[in-house]
Formats: sequence, C-alpha cells, structure tokens
Amino acid sequence: MSDPHGPPRAEPRLRLLGISKIYPSVVANADVDLAVMPGEIHAVLGENGAGKSTLMKMIYGVTKPDAGEIMWEGRQVRIDSPSAARRLGIGMVFQHFALFETLTVAENIALALDEKTTPSLLAPRIRAVSEQYGLPLDPDRLVHSMSVGERQRVEIVRCLLQSPRLLIMDEPTSVLTPDAVQKLFVALRRLRDEGVSILYISHKLDEIQALCDRATVLRAGRVAGTADPRTETAQSLAELMIGGNLPTCTLAPRAPGEVLMAIDRLDLPSADPFGTALREVSLEVRAGEIVGLAGISGNGQLELLQALSGERRTAQPAAIRLLGHDVGRLDAAARRRLGLGFVPEERLGRGAVPALSLADNALLTGYLNPAAGMTRRGMIRRGAVRAFAQAVIERFRVKCGGEQSVAASLSGGNLQKFIVGREIRLAPKVMVVAQPTWGVDVGAAMLIRQAIIDLRDAGVAVLVVSEELDELFMMCDRIAVLARGRLSPAVATGDTSVDRIGRWMGGDFDEAVPSTAAPTPTSEGVAHVPA
Amino acid sequence: MSRLEARPEPSRAMMLASPLIAAAAMLVSGSLLFLFLGQAPLHAFYVYFVQPLTSMYGVGELLLKATPLILCGVGLAIGFRANVHNIGADGQLTMGAVVAGCVALYFDGAQGPWLLPLMILAGAAGGAAWAAVPALLRTRFNTSEILVSLMLVYVAYLFLGYLVHGPVRDPAGYNFPQSKMFGDAAMLPLLKEGLRVNAAFLLSLVAVAGAWFFCRHSFAGYRMQVAGMAPAAALYAGFSEPKNVWIAFLTSGALAGVAGVGEVAGPLGQLQASVSPGYGFAAIIVAYVGRLHPVGVLLASLLMSLLYIGGETAQIELQLPSAITGLFQGLLLFYLLAADLFIHYRIKPSRMAGAVARETVAS
Amino acid sequence: MNADYLIAFLASTAGAATPLVLASTGELVAERAGVINLGLEGIMLVGAVAGFSVTLHSGSAALGLAAAVAAGMAMALLFGVLVLTLQTNQVATGLALTLFGIGLSAFAGRDLVGQTVAPLPRLHLPVLSDLPFVGPLLFSFDALVYAAIVFVLLTGWMLARTRLGLLIRAVGEAPHSAHALGMPVIKLRYATVLAGGALAGLGGAYLSLALTPMWVEGMTAGRGWIALAQVVFATWKPRGLLLGAYLFGGVTVLQFHGQGLGVPIPSEFLSMLPYLATIVVLVIICRDPRTILLNKPVSLGQNFKAD
Repeated sequence: MSDPHGPPRAEPRLRLLGISKIYPSVVANADVDLAVMPGEIHAVLGENGAGKSTLMKMIYGVTKPDAGEIMWEGRQVRIDSPSAARRLGIGMVFQHFALFETLTVAENIALALDEKTTPSLLAPRIRAVSEQYGLPLDPDRLVHSMSVGERQRVEIVRCLLQSPRLLIMDEPTSVLTPDAVQKLFVALRRLRDEGVSILYISHKLDEIQALCDRATVLRAGRVAGTADPRTETAQSLAELMIGGNLPTCTLAPRAPGEVLMAIDRLDLPSADPFGTALREVSLEVRAGEIVGLAGISGNGQLELLQALSGERRTAQPAAIRLLGHDVGRLDAAARRRLGLGFVPEERLGRGAVPALSLADNALLTGYLNPAAGMTRRGMIRRGAVRAFAQAVIERFRVKCGGEQSVAASLSGGNLQKFIVGREIRLAPKVMVVAQPTWGVDVGAAMLIRQAIIDLRDAGVAVLVVSEELDELFMMCDRIAVLARGRLSPAVATGDTSVDRIGRWMGGDFDEAVPSTAAPTPTSEGVAHVPA
Repeated sequence: MSRLEARPEPSRAMMLASPLIAAAAMLVSGSLLFLFLGQAPLHAFYVYFVQPLTSMYGVGELLLKATPLILCGVGLAIGFRANVHNIGADGQLTMGAVVAGCVALYFDGAQGPWLLPLMILAGAAGGAAWAAVPALLRTRFNTSEILVSLMLVYVAYLFLGYLVHGPVRDPAGYNFPQSKMFGDAAMLPLLKEGLRVNAAFLLSLVAVAGAWFFCRHSFAGYRMQVAGMAPAAALYAGFSEPKNVWIAFLTSGALAGVAGVGEVAGPLGQLQASVSPGYGFAAIIVAYVGRLHPVGVLLASLLMSLLYIGGETAQIELQLPSAITGLFQGLLLFYLLAADLFIHYRIKPSRMAGAVARETVAS
Repeated sequence: MNADYLIAFLASTAGAATPLVLASTGELVAERAGVINLGLEGIMLVGAVAGFSVTLHSGSAALGLAAAVAAGMAMALLFGVLVLTLQTNQVATGLALTLFGIGLSAFAGRDLVGQTVAPLPRLHLPVLSDLPFVGPLLFSFDALVYAAIVFVLLTGWMLARTRLGLLIRAVGEAPHSAHALGMPVIKLRYATVLAGGALAGLGGAYLSLALTPMWVEGMTAGRGWIALAQVVFATWKPRGLLLGAYLFGGVTVLQFHGQGLGVPIPSEFLSMLPYLATIVVLVIICRDPRTILLNKPVSLGQNFKAD
C-alpha cells in the first residue's frame, strides 16, 4: 500500500511557521511553529481548548490560517480544502467521525475518496487493507450498527486507502477501550515503520509516552515547548501543558449513609433507533458518597441519564427510586422537587439556553427552589431571579459581564461553573453530573471537582458519569462501568485498577453471564473485545 | 472579497432596526413597481401610502382592517415564540365567524345586551375548538401542526361555503350565497359615528396588553420562550411541551375566532361566502415583522392594514390591480428575513495577513 | 353507474395525481438534501400562471411548459439565496415564498382570467390506446402524466444507485460531516432546491394547461401543501410518492364524480375529502416516532454554514 519514501531525509515532511487563527471571540492559535519528520509519530499535546483541533483543521484544509506559512516537503503550499490536503498526501481521522449512519462502510468510504469509484469496486480493497493493518472491516455493514471502535476503523481505513504520507489522528483513543488502544498502536507503529508521518493529537500523557517519538505542547493557542516524550516524565510534560503541576483532589474517607437513589433492574429501549438499550441496570447511591460511572459514550450513558433526570420516563415506576419514592413516571421538574440535581453533558442548548441571560438561565431550574422565591402565583419575580444568579456567580467565581450577560458569551468553563453552581444552590439531596469537566480549563475543572466533593462531604449522594478515568479515580468512592447497556457491579476505587476497569469497559465484567449474550452485532469472533 | 462572519452575540440594534429596514426596502420596491406599471412613482406612493391617513374615515378604515390582524398576529406570535406554528388562523377566524354568525341568526330578532358577549364567546370558542385539532394531533400523534392547521383552513372555507349556499342562505336574498343581515343587537357598536371601525378594535388592544403581560411576566410565557429557543433545555427543566402547544393553539385560535366575530358582526354584517381576504395568513407576516412582540405586532398590523387600504384606494383612483397588495406583503416578509441576517452575522472583509502564496496546491 | 363512467372516473385520477407527483418528487429530492421548502404552493401557482400566459400568447404548449419550469426555478432560486446563502430560517422563508407566490401569480394573471387555451393533447399510442377497456384507462393520457411517472422512477434510481444520490443522502444526514469530507454542500442543496422548483412549476402548469385549461387565482387550492404531506406519507422514499399521489388523485376526483356515482353528500363535503384525507394519512405515518426517526433526513430544516 505505501512504499518507502526514500531514505530518511533531514528535511521535515511538514513544517508550520508562525501559524495563527483568530475568531471573533477567541484566539485559537497564535504564532505556532511545528515540524514533523518522515517516519515519525509526533504528538501534539495540550489541554482542552489549547488549540489542537483548530491547528489540525488548518493542516487538513478545513479552515485557513489568518497568518503564517505551511511548508510541505520543502515547498510552501496553500491548502484550500480537504481534497487539496488529500492530494498532497495528508489524511485525517477526526475526533468526531464524519460518518453517515444510514450508509454502508463501502458507501461511506466511496464518498470520502477523491477518485470517483463505486462502493462495489471498493469492497475488496477495503477488506484487503483493513486486514493488512489488523483492523478488519465488512464493507457492506451499515455504519449505525457498528460500535464506536469499529467506526473509527472505517475512518482509518478510509485514510489508508489513499496512501497518505502524513496521517493526522485527532484524540483517537477517547472512544476506545484499553485493548483497542493497543491494537491501534500496533497499526500506527507499522505505518511509521513504512515511512508515514503521524500527527497524534491527545491530552493523555501515558499514551503519548508509550507511542510517540516527539511532542509539541500547546497551551492557550501557543507552543509551550517541544520534547521527547520518552525521556520526559509525566510531571514535566504536564508542566508544559498547564504551566504548573497536575493538581489533584483528595477524598477523606467517609462512611456512607442510607441509600438515596436506587436504580432497580432498569430495562429501557433507546428512543433513537441507532442508540443503545439499557438492560437490567441496577445501582445504589448512598448519602455522602460519590459513585462514578465509567465508559465510553455510546454505551447507554445518554439513555441512563435521560432516565435518571426525568427527561425520559420508564415503564416501571419503581425502576428508579429517589429518597424512597418511585419516580420512574415523574418528569424532570417533579424529580427536582424531590431533591434531585442534574448537570447534563451539553451546556449550551440543554443545561442553559444560549440566547438568554444568566439570570434567565437561573430561572430554568431555580424556580423549583421555594426558598429562592423566583415565581409567585405563576408570575416571575425578577428581583429574586437576579439575586439568585448573582449569588451563583459570586460563589463559583464565574467570569462574566454580570448576571445580564448572555449564556453563549461565557467560556465553556465559566458556563459549566454557573450550571453546576445553580444546581448546587438548589440544595439537592441527590446530584447527578455528566462529564463535569469536558472542554473546561484546568482552573475551572478543579473548582468544579472540589464543589462536587464538598457536596459529598455534606451528605449528598452523588453520581458522576465521565469518560475520563483519571478523573473518576480521583474523585469517586466507588466505580462502575457501563458497557453496551449493561452495568457492572460498583467496586470501591481502592479495590480496583485502571486496567481492570479498562477490561470491564469491554463488557467483560460478569463471569457468570458470557458477554456473547449481547445482541449488538460485532464482526469479530472474540465477543469480549468490542473494538 | 468580503464574507459573512458570525457575531459573538446577536445585535440588539439590528433586532429593532431590521423591521424598519424591511419596511423601507418594501416602500422603495413599491415605488419601482409603480414606475413599472406606468404610474408616476411619487404620486402613486402618495395615493397608496399617505392618502388613506389624511382623512378621519381613512384612519377609521386603517384601524378597522388592523383589528383582525392584531388579534390573529398577537396569538400567532405567542405560538411562534415557542416554535409552535399555527398556520391555520384564517380557518379559525372563519369558524369563529361561523359559530358567532349562527348564534346571531338563531337569536335573530332578540334584543338585549347579552347577545353580543355571547357571540364573542361563541366565536372565541369556535376558533379555539378548530385550533384544538392540530394541537391534539401534534401532542398525541406527532403530526406537523403546520400541515394539519393548513388543511383545516380549506375545510373551514368549504364548510362556510356549504352553509351560505344552503342552511343559512337568506331566502329573500335572490339566491346569493349569504345569510340574512344580523339584527342590531348582534352588531358590534361603532367607535365613532360615520366610521366603520368598531369595538373589536378595543378588544384587540386588550389582547396586545394581555399578550405583553403574559410574555414578559408570566412563568408560562417564559416556559414557551425556552421551548422555542432550546427544546432540549425545556425538557431538561421539566417544562411540558404538550402544555405549550395547547396554550399556543387555544390562545391563537380563540383570538382568531374573535377576529372572525369582528368581521361578521362588523363591516360584513352577515355570513358571506368568504369572510376574510386572508387575514390569517397576513397575520403570519405581521407576527414576524413585529418581531414576535405584542407591541411590534400592533405596529406591523397598522403597516399591513395600510397595504390593504392603499391597494383598494389605488385600484379605484389609479386603476392599479388589487393583487399588488399580496405582492407587497410577500416582499415585506422577504426583506425582513434578509435584514434579519445582520442580527446574527456581519460582513467582514477577509484577511490576507502575512502569508503570500507562491504555490497553490489546488490547481 | 356503468363501465364507461367508471373508466372515465379512474382515468381522471391520473390527471389529478400528476401535479402532486411532480411537485412532491421535486420536494423529496430537496428534503433528502436537508432543505424543506414550504413555498411549494407559491411556486406551483407561479408556474401555473407562467405556463398559461406563455401558452396563450405564443400558441405553443411546449414553450408554456418551459416557461413554467423557468418560473419555478426562479422562485426556487430566490428561496435558495435566502436560505442557503443568507442563512434565513427555512420555515419562515418558505411561508414567505408561498405568500409572495400567491400575490405574484394573482398580479401576473390579472388579465388572464376567463381566457382559455387548448388543453395538452392526449397521446395516441399505436396499438395500446385502442385496446378495449385498458386503452382508455391506461394509455390515453397526455405526455406529462407519463413523464411524471418517469421522473419518480428516475429519482428513485438516482438516489439509490448513483454517486449524486449518495452525495445528496450524505448531505441530508450530516452536512457538516459532508463538508469536512470536501463535498460541496451548498452547491448540492442549491441543485436540489432548483430541481424541486422546476418540478413544482411544471406541476402547477399541468393544472392550468391540462387539468382545467384556464387560469384562476389560487387554483392550486392547497395542492402544494398536500405535496409536502405526500413526502412524509412516502417516508421520503420515491416509490411511495406514486401510491400517495394516485390515492389522492382518486379522492380529489370524487368531488366531481360524486353525483354521477350516486353519492348523496353535498359537494362541499366531497371537496373536503382530500384535505381530511391528508390529515388522516399524516396521523397514520407520524404516530410512531420511530418511523420518522428512521426515515426523516436528519438535517431536514437545519441550515448549514461553513466556518
């Protein structure tokens, strides 16, 4: 498939000089220099919001830089579009897949290739290439029936079919089980040995240390430094990434109280025909403890959160119990009145209304707090609304232009602080938080985590759903795994390890019931490795 | 070359300005159209847009025609804010007129102050009942309220046609498809002798005030606003979507029904084969041009009413075709939509800072 | 009621169905790309008046049909510029287009009321038209009836089997992904919107040139809206459009043949049937949310703007 591209030259295959990209409300990249050699796996490292994705979009021609030069194999180039990038020999596997669910693997790849070919002609090539790199695919499968890991293979094979000389991987392992990560690394190393350059975007230090030859670290849109990941420590890399030490929280041991929220053998079909059904999910969350739910998105988290929050009702009223009440048939407002607080994954559009002010957004769930007195006899009391919003802003150090500023104008971290603060101010007895620090800067992330821990210390029962295992291990008393709609037992954090949780993420947590009982189709024979 | 760039925040200045810009653009287009039709543009402009306002009678006509627009427009705006699209207001208006008209005919000859309030209530109920169908079908069966409410417009028209050709046709009416004229007790009082504008105009002002209060101060209004802006947030907050749909349809249906009463118990004085020259549809334009705000709807209704009246005046004095009115209405909405663009976007000249390309790849 | 009458009734179904077939096919293609055009009613009216006017003044029905197509495309272009380039709301713009089309067609047709043209000639196919029974029933229609059916079949083949169809389906599901892959999303949407306008204009012209060869204000009487409902009824698959349109054709024609068929209901109520039937059909299809979720193009109604 790819031929060795001559003896290794000293000339970088890709060089960025002084690249900048400025949007109306934020500077995404400023004066970035980057050099990638042939046959090198080069990491681009940085926290959420550091500007990694924007930089890759410019290399792949999706957006254009506002300043700076791009040099490809020694010549200056302008990359006007993704097809121009592909003509140069640049391929990209996106973090959020550009796949069409209602089409087959072959149709998807046919669409993405620049040569005008038909899906049926492509099928044998797809089979061959995917087998060659240990990522087998069936060309006639509909994408919506595939697991997230399998979908990533489609993306990778699509790139490989075009014989790229540079492959960009944007946060590839955020959707993979540890097992699948290893398989990916094998394929990537093989490509590197064939002379292909790889740009590996990630914020996961241990992976970068295991895989990459060099690393460029981005911080707030600029290059903070370059390093050889193998010789650096996690500490030094983290320092480059965030300009300081990786902060941690600690949990003081605490005996949990009574059960405040219970999920009892919940069966729930998905509302989305392409979603995941929940099967026999059972869990108890006690007062004064934080239970973490690990697992990659797409394994039933969305459905479970909707069932817990009241956005979706369950057939059995007793499937969900809050403080002793059967709440399965109650809506979100009724559950809040019973003492539930909920912070959703999506901030804009679900946790807050983008076009409304912070004050109006406080009213969104704040009206359920009788003490706040935001409504009376169906009328809004604006003074009380403003006071509530102001209190949240102060307590949680939300950087904004006052309580009248529009939600959409806040940064991700500040809006998340506001939403978390609003829910906490409702004095819930049970708190469910989804992806608490996704896309949030480090400072805000620490504040949010501490606020959640403070809740726990005050006796609230907390459930945290997160894709970041590090975060869960840092904050939780117990951890369970959601895999393909089934929930593992919840074990004490101290009694388990990242490895074991990783294996459980593949569904392999119940020795008594073999995982092949799963109805979700996979194309491999070994059912317990989903990707 | 310039391009469109998203604003970080919607521009409040443009939100107020765009209806004005749209109106101005429409007026300019109108002048061009007059020129095209062989009229001196300034004179035609005067006849069309200014002359009706120069007499007391003209102002009365302006308010008369604005009344159904305000009533329907205010109701529709409440629904549009919640992304509930009642496109069938003309059908609800018609059914309101039918029910009120039947009440008037049933009690023909009766005197007493109770008849008129009864007719108004009946008309409101008729409109609301007709609007309840799309509401029910959306909340129970997920059907598009746009299509259902629209289909029912045609059904309402046909039902009225059936009535005036048959059951309610005036036996002494020379076989014309119309009912007997309503008695005095069944007619809305005029606001001023010599003008045709009647008490329904006062009702429309009450509706404006009520709608403003509802949207600004009531929690139900807030819930509907959130539902329109971010349905997932409304679900997250536990706001009931069916409730919003019902409030939107019953309110706009009732108001449209009252508009229907205003027509048949007002300038028409009887049931005829058609009781509306498309007020329910013009009200859609009024709602958008009025920025979905009750006061804006009031102002936009006056402008739209001027378009109707001007069309009639121009037809008599300048022999301009009455169909121009429809053209203007459509143009007004188009210009508004285009002007609205600048609320969310602005023109930015594109930057060519720094890099000078010596070699382009895509050749 | 005799056999001849029955045949005439069934045959007239095709005439009533054809405008729906044309308009709904065009709209289906646009909706598969993610654009909903509520202006169909207005486009059909403009096509009707354009076709009638040009035919009347030129004496050529072919020229008239071409004018209708051009007029439909012009209206669709206006819609496209507003929605695709200026990013206006699709629902509001479509409504505006309908209201504008009603006004424009009334204006343009003000001097045409009461005039007539010769209707589109019925084709005489060599052997087939002379067959007893089947001849008048199936093989004596004008060219547009057959053309409409061909359009539907062509559309089905195009969407399922060609690269263009693949692109349209992809854009309709996920325009941002399509853009990231380098597909010309806006250009494709323009193409489908213009095609929709062309077919809707043609459908409108069929009304004024074949069905009732004259011009009357508002002569579409809601057919544009019914065509929109037809796309839902067919769950966005072309093969369902023929069935739906012909069913509606039959229901529509009932109002003219009611008396002949011995039905004792007042004609106004018979005239209500197509509209009520549309409502019923919509309820049947939309009841189960999964039907819509599985078939409706995901990005339908959502604007796309490249960053």
